[in-house]
Amino acid sequence: MADIEITLASWKLVEVGRLVLIRRGPFAGKLAAIVEIVDHRRVLVDGPSGEAQKIVPRHVLPLAHATLTPFTIPQLPRAAGTGPVKKLWAKNEIDGKWAKSSFAQKTDKAERRKNLTDFERFKVLRLRKQSRYEVQKSYAKVRAAQ
Amino acid sequence: MSQLRKIKKSNGEIVSLNVITEKRPLKVKNFGIWIRYDSRSGTHNMYKEYREMSRTDAILKVVEITDNESIRRPYIKQLVQKGLKFPLPHRSANPGKKIFAHSRPSTFA
Repeated sequence: MADIEITLASWKLVEVGRLVLIRRGPFAGKLAAIVEIVDHRRVLVDGPSGEAQKIVPRHVLPLAHATLTPFTIPQLPRAAGTGPVKKLWAKNEIDGKWAKSSFAQKTDKAERRKNLTDFERFKVLRLRKQSRYEVQKSYAKVRAAQ
Repeated sequence: MSQLRKIKKSNGEIVSLNVITEKRPLKVKNFGIWIRYDSRSGTHNMYKEYREMSRTDAILKVVEITDNESIRRPYIKQLVQKGLKFPLPHRSANPGKKIFAHSRPSTFA
């Protein structure tokens, strides 16, 4: 029998310190940390972000309205107050890590594209055409060499 | 007393109404509630535990789901374990999508 390597699926867990993305409700699109698990469907979250417009007040969030992210605040004490959460949030550079994640970058880009003026949209169109042209040129070179 | 209880709603009046405010509204607490209720087969005494942020929320839960005996002590006990964690298997990646779709959603997220 051949050796079969089995790796366990790495689930993102609902745990104290896990960062969740809120997908519905008044704080949709914002990031918050699980502070305490209320029951199997609800968690207490707190999002003391460094940026004022991204702050999520401490409240109970149904897990159905949340998406788990790969980030955690390790060793966050259970039911920690907003102050300590804020300190650990800053220490673990959560805002920076989140801004670098592909999801955040994609949503940022979509948001920026949405707010462009007509002329700016036209510029995007031209620039995309130019870059595509360059890529196609290099491909053509490769094809000709074969 | 029995006469007092039997009074008609139209003749009675609400004497006082108090808003129950929580001392620590931002803390998750376990509430034990003893209930006595009349079912079709008789009167039952029941004890259930609820995990909520306030007394009013806990009582609301009681009213919502009486007659459901699942939320007893063992249920709450497993939620107050140290280092509790669990995954959320089988979820749709994009919550808030429409009810009907032409293809089955991916539930591995």
